Amino acid sequence: MSTPQTIYESLHHQGFSRRDFLKFCGISATIMGLSPSMIPRIAKALENTPKKSVIWLSFQECTGCTESLIRAHAPTIEGLIFDHISLDYHHTLQAASGRAAEQARENAMKEHHGDYLLVVDGSIPMGNPGYSTSAGISSLDMLKEVASGAGAIIAIGTCAAYGGLPHAAPNPTGAVSVEELITNKPLINIPGCPPIPAVIAGVISYIVTFGQLPKRDSLKRPITFFGQNIHDRCYRRSFYDQGLFANSFDDEGAKKGWCLYKLGCKGPVTYNACATTKWNENVSFPIEAGHGCLGCSEPHFWDAGHFYQALSVPTREIVGTAGYALAAGAAVGVASAMLNKKKKVDATKNHETVTIHDLERTSS
Amino acid sequence: MNYVDFLLWVRGPAFQIATAIFIFGLSWRLLEILSLSRKPELAVVRERGIAGGFRTIFRRFLPVDDNTFQRSAFIITAGYIFHLGFFIILLLFVPHILFFREFFGFSWPGLPTPVIGIITIMTLLALIALLINRMRHPVLRFLSGFEDYFVWIVTFLPVLTGYMAFHHFFHYPLMLALHILSVELLMIVFPFTKLMHTFTWFISRWYTGSRAAQKGVQV
Ligand code: SF4
Repeated sequence: MSTPQTIYESLHHQGFSRRDFLKFCGISATIMGLSPSMIPRIAKALENTPKKSVIWLSFQECTGCTESLIRAHAPTIEGLIFDHISLDYHHTLQAASGRAAEQARENAMKEHHGDYLLVVDGSIPMGNPGYSTSAGISSLDMLKEVASGAGAIIAIGTCAAYGGLPHAAPNPTGAVSVEELITNKPLINIPGCPPIPAVIAGVISYIVTFGQLPKRDSLKRPITFFGQNIHDRCYRRSFYDQGLFANSFDDEGAKKGWCLYKLGCKGPVTYNACATTKWNENVSFPIEAGHGCLGCSEPHFWDAGHFYQALSVPTREIVGTAGYALAAGAAVGVASAMLNKKKKVDATKNHETVTIHDLERTSS
Repeated sequence: MNYVDFLLWVRGPAFQIATAIFIFGLSWRLLEILSLSRKPELAVVRERGIAGGFRTIFRRFLPVDDNTFQRSAFIITAGYIFHLGFFIILLLFVPHILFFREFFGFSWPGLPTPVIGIITIMTLLALIALLINRMRHPVLRFLSGFEDYFVWIVTFLPVLTGYMAFHHFFHYPLMLALHILSVELLMIVFPFTKLMHTFTWFISRWYTGSRAAQKGVQV
């Protein structure tokens, strides 16, 4: 790829008309969560933007994030994404293998130095480097090398964003997130286990179109998609407010679609777009399917209490703690009771009887 | 530390520490109080005093005469609203019941959340009114020290933060974490302050009542 094509040229090349192109811009706007009034700006940007080179690195992950993206039913999503970018390196999707694959990565890094987009899924083990390698290079070295020339980094999935499953206690591999290792590059997290495909597509489109990262929250997530709480958008919310809860997965309440709080729903502390964007072509999302939210897009979601215990239940065992505290308190209580008793006995023993003569003596 | 770490800390280690201090303090102080030896009654007692003790526990829920009520109508009414409200919120809000179920192994039905919401507002208003009264009434103000205001704050905060969390004011996970933290503060200071009256009022009422029943002659 010697002369970089613009996205418009690439679409034109594929037989897209101007009208198709504007339609494409409209879809991009929807996916990015922007209003239709932005379409002309998007069109203008895409006419002049060269296709972005993307290097996608996979570390300690399950490929679920890639699966999520490529299995998106909406034909527009994957198409859109691949029209926007030039995916130069991706373990699962690339045709090349072995040395040729690494060569492609190195070429892309050299050619687009300082500008390419680095996408990471999976966490990085800080224990033995041999826990996760590719082409004989440890994940840590690979990340550092590729990140050094990247224009921006997208950490896709909860593992790359916050450590995810590999990071769950006792974290045997010493897994860490991308953010913990690379601090000098613009970075955006798209957490979720897996993340919603439309959100991945939306963020990539935004970066490619506007050449900058979208607005992020305190956990570096795009606010457009992670600005709202599942509980605030949940269609079962009115049942929560009325105090109508399912007590098991097959009781009357569950059949009537009541709130799943008692069954461990973590919706109230989870920020994601599931309740509005939904999954599988807008079919449903976990709560609609009858299961509480696991909070998979939040840090430490594996260690944030039992999946099936209510949010108000402490995450540590407290009955045993209370038992020990009771015994210790009782021991101190008995000891101070004995001290009090001794004080009293001593006071009685040392009590001097005052006679009428003593009084006379002192008053004289 | 981000809000998730904070929430996990208050739900985990911090809650464990607060529980340990709370239960330790309760068990220590109650045992100490109960073991204080009382003077033997040298006179012939009128009755054993057990029934008299219980009678006083219940009788003192109501003012003994109209005059007492009229003179302290405000404190009695606001005091009742706040105390009852506090216990209704604590024991009948569903997420709280789920917590107790985890601890005790059994549960009970809760109230619909809008009802809890109204009771919370009444409780907060009663608490604020009582504080203003304490600061404005010359005698009460004279008698109040640091501890009185401190226990007011640690009682008020859990109710306020709970209400704010429930209504998703600001940021829910952060409000929830602050709510749990304020409860932990309450639990930690509880055994070592006047808040202990929650457990000692009936002991002292029973003692007063039973002593009174023992005195005098059988008629
Ligand atoms: S099901 Fe979960 S997210 Fe929905 S209202 Fe109940 S607690 Fe909130």
